[in-house]
Amino acid sequence: MSIGSASNHPTYHILSVLVQNRPGVLARVSGLFARRGYNIFSLAVAPTEDEAFSRITVVVDVESTPLEQVVKQLFKLIEVVKISELDPRRSVERELLLATVRVTSDNRGQVVELTNIFEGKILAVGVEAITVSLDGNPDKIDDFEELLRGYGIVELQRTGRVALPKLDREARLRAVKGKSV
Amino acid sequence: MKMTGAQALIKALEMEGTEVMFGLPGGCILPAYDPLLDSSIRHILVRHEQGAGHMAEGYAHVTGRPGVAMVTSGPAATNMVTPLCDAYMDSIPMVCITGQVSTSAIGTDAFQECDTVGITRSVTKHNELVMTAQDLPMAVRQAFHIATTGRPGPTLIDIPKDVLQNSMEWNWPTDAEVMDSLPGYRPTMKGHPRMIKEAARLILESERPILYVGGGVLKARAAEALRELAELTQIHVVTTLMARGAFPDSHPLCLGMPGMHGTASATTAMQKSDLLIALGARFDDRITGKVSEFAQEAKIIHVDIDPAEQGKVRRPDVPIVGDCRLVIEEIVKAIRDLLAGGAVQADTSMWKSRISGWREQFPLSYEPSEPGEALKPQFCLEALRDSAPEDTILISGVGQHQMWSSQYWRFEKPYTWVNSGGLGTMGFSVPAAIGAKVGRPDATVWAIDGDGCFQMTAQELVTASTERIPVKVAILNNSYLGMVRQWQEMFYEERYSEVYLSPDTPDFVKWAEAMGCVGIRVDSPEEVQPAIDKANSIDDRPVVVDFRVAASEKVFPMVPAGFGNDDLLLPPAQMARKEFLR
Repeated sequence: MSIGSASNHPTYHILSVLVQNRPGVLARVSGLFARRGYNIFSLAVAPTEDEAFSRITVVVDVESTPLEQVVKQLFKLIEVVKISELDPRRSVERELLLATVRVTSDNRGQVVELTNIFEGKILAVGVEAITVSLDGNPDKIDDFEELLRGYGIVELQRTGRVALPKLDREARLRAVKGKSV
Repeated sequence: MKMTGAQALIKALEMEGTEVMFGLPGGCILPAYDPLLDSSIRHILVRHEQGAGHMAEGYAHVTGRPGVAMVTSGPAATNMVTPLCDAYMDSIPMVCITGQVSTSAIGTDAFQECDTVGITRSVTKHNELVMTAQDLPMAVRQAFHIATTGRPGPTLIDIPKDVLQNSMEWNWPTDAEVMDSLPGYRPTMKGHPRMIKEAARLILESERPILYVGGGVLKARAAEALRELAELTQIHVVTTLMARGAFPDSHPLCLGMPGMHGTASATTAMQKSDLLIALGARFDDRITGKVSEFAQEAKIIHVDIDPAEQGKVRRPDVPIVGDCRLVIEEIVKAIRDLLAGGAVQADTSMWKSRISGWREQFPLSYEPSEPGEALKPQFCLEALRDSAPEDTILISGVGQHQMWSSQYWRFEKPYTWVNSGGLGTMGFSVPAAIGAKVGRPDATVWAIDGDGCFQMTAQELVTASTERIPVKVAILNNSYLGMVRQWQEMFYEERYSEVYLSPDTPDFVKWAEAMGCVGIRVDSPEEVQPAIDKANSIDDRPVVVDFRVAASEKVFPMVPAGFGNDDLLLPPAQMARKEFLR
């Protein structure tokens, strides 16, 4: 991925989609984006507190008008129970990054220091490489990734963001009212 | 009670009220065909799976009940994709059962295996791969519930062979259990009271209102409510291709079909209106022409059960999500309340006189053939129409003959017109007519077809003959893919590319006879009436009439693709007075 962050894109949107936890649901959801030629920027799926349901957090890079139509089409999927569009300013977002970085005996200390500054973790240390992890706000992850690049990234994996509305102010549910569960 | 999955499937279909199904057996669905022998369900054995799908659609169109089709896995399932997509586009309730390879073989490229739920995902309202026999009754209940409620559409149940063979304990889920199993599916039926009041207010204020009626009015069984609204407010009605019959063509307020090949008065009335009351219509590109030039001065009231239709093409001033019948009834009530409270409807007399001027100046018309000239297709349609027994159901394929059918027939009752509107599926009419006749054996069913369409699915007439389903087919045979020819003539400088079929092959009469039908060929105007009379008198087998019609005839009016509706082309004889269309 050449682009560092979804946050740099004015057209990115975070949708939080509550679905029935059943086979094929993810294919239905992603299919609605694919058939319109929209790229999904990141995607995170896992069961909720109730195992009958899963929450899909999907970040897409789409203008607002076509997104409204996609959201309405998503609603038509029988297994979609609720959709919220989360305003980044009024939601908490987290993402996890794992990276293996090439190091030498000379600069290993720098990578360790950098990881500590970001409050990340050292997961494994080898002679020529080191594996670190960092969780946090996606912007912070972007910054960390950018700094690691200088050392030479061997492998990198990000989870894609998960998000929930902030507690202090009710997240603006710009998109729509949910269907009742 | 213990039974096999296959027995449970057939029993569940019976419990859902299935009287007839259309299908063709094969390897993976074999277990389901055995209990069918002991079932009350009539099975119609088709000659191609696509035919089963279109028959189910035709049946659903005229009865309002879901059409049921059952076929095997792999190629049978892929042959079903076209009818599923057709039903999806036109919101036809349909339940399709497909066989699948055994659960242990799924994903191994087994014989006749395909990813049916994957392939049909985007052409069904919902589909489901059932992995245990115990789940079959619930899957059937969900499929019927989803197909027939909200915005109707096709559903598919994919059943592996071993699931059909395995034993299960019979269970029949209650309505509440079905609802609980579908927490994300709650179609909105009742319109928002504030929006309904606002709609009533706008309707009374409008000086140039038009009722823009789409297929949703028929799906909601709302024809009577519509008539009440139109007569109460004296607002003219346009009925789209999918809504022909929702309002009687003979009614003084009916302007007929609008759009690309609509009547000049219907298309222009929408274009010049200040209020479009869209009822179960979806602002299709064939209606709007160039969207930015469509009805620019009109406010929009948009009633549709599908929230995704609101604002999809044109942003409504008053969006109302709900069932057309319930919402129209509420609007009528709200208007009566306003009138009782002293409100007065705006003066629409100027508007009405403009509309009657257009109707007078620009009726549908064609040049009758001179003696010795080829038959005109419109002439054949008029003769068919004037000889049709009451309650005749008209089915059409896709192309010029479809547009002429919609234009020249007179639809007086709902559910007497069946065609493929959204997907535009050539070959639709013969199988759809068979399905319609099965659903309405009391009614005369005429299929109007083109020679191009007919050659795509004609083999289903073998089904009709062997199953004793006496449909009638009129081929408007111009030896061309007529609509494509028309576009090549008008927009490709008469460079005809791959549109000429053949003047003598096939011999449609011999072909009809070979399929067990009566075949009649008509070349001249004098032969038209006797042929139609003969066809109408035959009730023990299908009839095919091969009308040899003029190849150069074009459908008018026409709004060329990409143009605004003000740029419609009238029949040549009317073009000189086009300035009156304002």
